[in-house]
Amino acid sequence: MRVEFRLSGSGGQGLLLAGITLAEAAIYAGKNAVQTQSYGPEARGGSSKAEVVISDEEIDYPKATDPDFLLALTNDAYKTYGPMMAKGLIITDTSVTLDPAIKARTVALPILSSAAEKVGKKVVANMVALGVLGGLSGVAPKEILKKAVVARVPKGTDELNVKALEVGLELAAQSGAASK
Amino acid sequence: MAEFLDYFRKERLPHIWCPGCGHGTVTGALVRAIDRLGLDKNNIVLVSGIGCSSRAVGYLDFDTLHTAHGRALAFATGIKHASPNLKVIVMTGDGDCTAIGGNHFIHAARRNIDITTIVMNNSIYGMTSGQYSPTTPHGMLATTAPYGNVEYDFDVCGLAKAAGASYVARATSYHVTLLIDLIEKALQNKGFSVVEALTQCPTYFGRKNKLGGAVETLNWIKDRTVNVKAAAALSPDKLEGKLLIGELYSGQRPEYTASYGEMTAKVQRTYNDYKGGNRGCELNSD
Amino acid sequence: MAETIKLMQGNEACTMGALAAGLQFYAGYPITPSTEIAEMCSEELPKGGGKFIQMEDEIGSIAACIGASLTGKKSMTATSGPGFSLMQECIGYASLCEIPVVIVNCQRMGPSTGMPTSPAQGDVMQARWGTHGDHSVIVLAPGNVKECFELTFKAFELSEKYRVPTFVLTDEVIGHMREKVVMPDPKSYKMPQRAQPSTPAGYKPFEADPDGGVPLMAPFGKGYRWHCTGLFHDETGGPTGKPAKADALLRRLDRKITKNIDEFTDYFAEGLEGCDVAVVSFGSSAMAALSAVRRARKEGKRVGMLRLKTLWPFPDAAVRKLTASAKKIIVPEMNLGQVALEVERVVHGSAEVVKLGKVNGELFHPDEVYAALKEAF
Repeated sequence: MRVEFRLSGSGGQGLLLAGITLAEAAIYAGKNAVQTQSYGPEARGGSSKAEVVISDEEIDYPKATDPDFLLALTNDAYKTYGPMMAKGLIITDTSVTLDPAIKARTVALPILSSAAEKVGKKVVANMVALGVLGGLSGVAPKEILKKAVVARVPKGTDELNVKALEVGLELAAQSGAASK
Repeated sequence: MAEFLDYFRKERLPHIWCPGCGHGTVTGALVRAIDRLGLDKNNIVLVSGIGCSSRAVGYLDFDTLHTAHGRALAFATGIKHASPNLKVIVMTGDGDCTAIGGNHFIHAARRNIDITTIVMNNSIYGMTSGQYSPTTPHGMLATTAPYGNVEYDFDVCGLAKAAGASYVARATSYHVTLLIDLIEKALQNKGFSVVEALTQCPTYFGRKNKLGGAVETLNWIKDRTVNVKAAAALSPDKLEGKLLIGELYSGQRPEYTASYGEMTAKVQRTYNDYKGGNRGCELNSD
Repeated sequence: MAETIKLMQGNEACTMGALAAGLQFYAGYPITPSTEIAEMCSEELPKGGGKFIQMEDEIGSIAACIGASLTGKKSMTATSGPGFSLMQECIGYASLCEIPVVIVNCQRMGPSTGMPTSPAQGDVMQARWGTHGDHSVIVLAPGNVKECFELTFKAFELSEKYRVPTFVLTDEVIGHMREKVVMPDPKSYKMPQRAQPSTPAGYKPFEADPDGGVPLMAPFGKGYRWHCTGLFHDETGGPTGKPAKADALLRRLDRKITKNIDEFTDYFAEGLEGCDVAVVSFGSSAMAALSAVRRARKEGKRVGMLRLKTLWPFPDAAVRKLTASAKKIIVPEMNLGQVALEVERVVHGSAEVVKLGKVNGELFHPDEVYAALKEAF
């Protein structure tokens, strides 16, 4: 089965790294994965989008065509990609203002604030988001997600990032929006 | 005489240069300097760009590379960096080196890469029949400066020094002994060396500017120059409009290939089990 | 080390392919979206004793690569449109002087500065005809990350064997996307080796069979003392203006590639047998195309896919074969119909060629190709 993710927010939030780690976790779990991105000239700020397609079968087209999960961490990202959502679930940060015109199923989770408050570092919001996506999609079990995080993040920051992942997984479990 | 001909590809002679051209003199000076130092013919690569001067390498019996216009130093940089044991010499002209190749020139100097560059400066584009170049003096005539050159000329040596060359010298095709001495020193410098050789183009520069024939054009060049040692005793008004000849700069700076080699050695101590082909570390992500 | 599975980026795979082929020298200039290749080479090459240099521009980059190659080192540079334009001068030099060099062109939207972070495939014709004068080059086009590795490796094999500039034409999507790749055991690579003469005695640097022979290349600094010039030259390397010599040289350079075309023509084919409609594409456009073709086939449509991995010399025979059954050939590409022109030339009216060009800086969506397929039936 093909599962598509779109991770959107602003440049510098580390969504690309979250996408790469998600794809690697899927590979560790024995699946196929492709990760793509689109980006502008800004290294920080501006809009940022990463996509991950995970499948048990060969992936012929690498981009998300009808995402199963949209992560939107900023109002801009929500407004840009929210309206395109059909069958999938939108996951926003609680700081995002929801628009009743966007009809897709939506869950708002305190991703940015949890990173700051529960983990103690705003910069690990991407790993919180990864936990949320991993938890809600079930594309890889917790232990494999952990392994992928440790393999990707800078040495010495493993503990912090794994903690962020766990916070994200918890948010996913509490949201009641997990896939069966 | 005979032994110097051994440095030439005799089957390629006679050369294409005009009677009275100074390029042969400069080429002869290079060969004599190489001979004096007893450098191994098989270990020398001569590189040139495009233009009258750049034809020199084709007549010489080394590994020789006649490249694209202005690119000699970029090709030479690849040769020297890839195979630092080779002695790399560039023969180039004023247009080749300082107009179309100006960017490569200043960056080769900045890197202080161990290349000896002989700039054969005749202040004209001879191969294309006499257009003004970046070293044509202000007011002189050329086929594209029929009313006199509006632009001002480069000080090639000043440019080389400012950009980082560690050996800079100037001579002329009149001051042949000096020229040989300076090339010899340049060849011994471990770093980017520039020897500017002012040479006469009687066919285009001399004739267009009504300087007379080869001898008069050569004298005109001679009269523009003052030896750097003599200059020390002269008042500024006596030096007005004169070009200094002699060794203009010699200094010590880290040489590019040596520095790269040191870095490589350090890296290899860290990755001494590296076998190539498979990347252990991951690419950074954003 | 056995085979390994990893998530790999296209640009990373190009670098790995080059290293596997024995890359020893890289000169380049930063340009999006190819820069990761330069970054990786700067990190990897010193570990194996290779050399990296960041030159002052792309002209200098290709020139330095040619210089390094003349001393016997396997050399590569990578760039994108604006840099590829600057390299054209010395591509002609390498082609005429038969100096092996590999260039990865990770295409972006052009012309001019264009859209630096957006994919395009507008350099197909430039890759073949970019420098002045008739000249020989080989151009390969990976369709996924794994092929970035394989075809860069192959580019070195071909470049060294035929002494010809060889290009790997990717694009922003393929260069930047990450995909699961099963990397072969490095021990299984057969590293390409340049054929060299055995003695300087009587060496003529450009002596070869007039019918497409490849002369033996002596590295500089080994006592051969040969002359290399961008002027037309005879067998000895000396410049020549003789019409017969000039004619023989240019024809041999052309022939040495065209006569061996079968050896390196490569493509991916699916469902072409008896198809009514064929889709011809390459690179990242072919991903959307294949997705659409498979969807149509599931619905019972007789449609096949030909994805070109060799772009130049153009694989005439493979395309001509399509006309055995296909009445229509759809060519999706991120340009205004460059490969389609070649397809039209080859099929010569025996099938209708539908140009499906996309030039908005976005990758095709499978629906777009599917819509064209539906219309074709």
